[in-house]
Amino acid sequence: MALRPGTVLYHLREAGLSIIRNGWLALASTGVVTVALLIFGGSLLFVLNTHHVIGDIESKVEISVFLKSDVSPRDVEALGTRLQQRPEVAEVRFISKEEALQIVKQDLGDKADLLAGMEKDNPLPDTYRVRTHHADQVAALAAEVATWPGVEQVRYGQEVVERLLAVTRWARLVGAGAMFFLAGAAVFLIATTIRLSVYARRREISIMKMLGATNWFVRSPFLLEGVILGLTGGLVAVGLTMAGYFPLVSVLESALPFFRLVSERQVLLPVFGGLVLFGLILGTLGSFISVHRFLKV
Amino acid sequence: MLQLYNVTKIYPNSIPALLDVSLRIQRGEFVFLVGPSGAGKTTLTKLILREELPTRGQILFNGKSITRLRPSEVPYLRRRIGVIFQDFRLLPNKTAYENVAFALEVTGASRREIRRAVPAVLARVGLADRAHLFPAQLSGGEQQRVCVARAIVNNPLLLIADEPTGNLDPENSWQLMRLFEEINRGGTTILMATHAWDIVDQMKKRVVALSHGRIVRDEQEGAYGYGA
Ligand SMILES: Nc1ncnc2c1ncn2[C@@H]1O[C@H](COP(=O)(O)OP(=O)(O)O)[C@@H](O)[C@H]1O
Ligand SMILES: [Mg+2]
Repeated sequence: MALRPGTVLYHLREAGLSIIRNGWLALASTGVVTVALLIFGGSLLFVLNTHHVIGDIESKVEISVFLKSDVSPRDVEALGTRLQQRPEVAEVRFISKEEALQIVKQDLGDKADLLAGMEKDNPLPDTYRVRTHHADQVAALAAEVATWPGVEQVRYGQEVVERLLAVTRWARLVGAGAMFFLAGAAVFLIATTIRLSVYARRREISIMKMLGATNWFVRSPFLLEGVILGLTGGLVAVGLTMAGYFPLVSVLESALPFFRLVSERQVLLPVFGGLVLFGLILGTLGSFISVHRFLKV
Repeated sequence: MLQLYNVTKIYPNSIPALLDVSLRIQRGEFVFLVGPSGAGKTTLTKLILREELPTRGQILFNGKSITRLRPSEVPYLRRRIGVIFQDFRLLPNKTAYENVAFALEVTGASRREIRRAVPAVLARVGLADRAHLFPAQLSGGEQQRVCVARAIVNNPLLLIADEPTGNLDPENSWQLMRLFEEINRGGTTILMATHAWDIVDQMKKRVVALSHGRIVRDEQEGAYGYGA
């Protein structure tokens, strides 16, 4: 069938009239699409930001290389040189056991006298603090350095990173579950709306078939109706998400300067575009189901 | 142009609605299909329009098998056949003009074609001045003429009318018959199922009589016949 502008306009007008006629049901199906996509968008942004934070932490992660207490000063120095020569290492700092004790004392503040007398028998090890060029080099380097002679233990911000990853796993799971359920409900509601439209226009449909309309011509307004409902739901969801997210970004920016939410356009645009696309898919799916089940020709 | 070969139609759980019907209609003919209620007249029109498939037998329209059409080809068959019903089947929320234009719109015709064809065909059925009235504002006879305009606006090869005078008074029925004759003179083949014996008797056209799903009579310049 040739898609003439007149034909497209005809389908659009028919779809619009159907939506108005369906009133509350059309509103409800759009609403459910919106809620499903809000949850989807919300969890997506949450996961995105947690990953952002993880990246932040990882890039600041230092490897602490604790040395054995019986290592000679010459070997300590040799270890430092060996670290420095690694291509992935950006910076190496040596913290002697005396400095380490100073730091602990500073941290304790007025309770520093708890450590009185420790200078004589300092239990803290000599330490190298190592920074890598890239976060993804941390784990491998740490594992290797741990096997070097003279090294007692190697630690880095592993625990924090893993805890954050666990949180995002949960957020993903809960978000996906809720969204799956709501997406199903949205498709069902849209299918019901379209079924009512088909029913309301069954007379017209039988006349169209008698006049030689192709199946696609008969189905188009109904498919379009579903697409419009889904698309509207998607656009509303994006609007609401933006209205909620951007103020949050600026509030957090002034309240917690070190904790910055993702606000780059090239990251957010695919998220919002994806929401609209997802609404479109839900609408198309819902109307497809009804059109194929109730417009058998 | 239309050939039926040993066509039988049995609806599920039912006695045969058509039994071993063979029929040949030439281009340009005017054929009355008569017979009592339940004889199978409507079933025959449904088979030609591919609304139903025959249980057995073969139907050819314009040299092509109707029974073997793919579903996607059915719309194009229907565009070559105009249909008129007893109950009009007009869309109440469209004007006469829009109802006729609808037949062209569903085939994807351009606005220009529609603007050219619709006024012409409305004039042909004598409704030029009624174009912008809704079905409810038209008399029964006028509504049926809108249906005729809608059925012929695509220049069909065949015009099928299933009891088209069933809801019309004698005056309007005769007006419709004069219109049919005029359309038939233009070359369109007409197949009209009817109960109206007085019309059949006076028109002196070919008469095919059905009874219990069988063709019991087929006469040129026939009459409705006794007891049928
Ligand atoms: N859809 C159907 N299902 C079952 N039986 C049908 C159906 N349509 C028609 N029939 C039966 O087929 C026979 C012929 O009906 P029909 O073709 O409508 O006759 P007519 O138009 O001559 O009155 C009747 O006995 C009728 O009850
Ligand atoms: Mg009948």
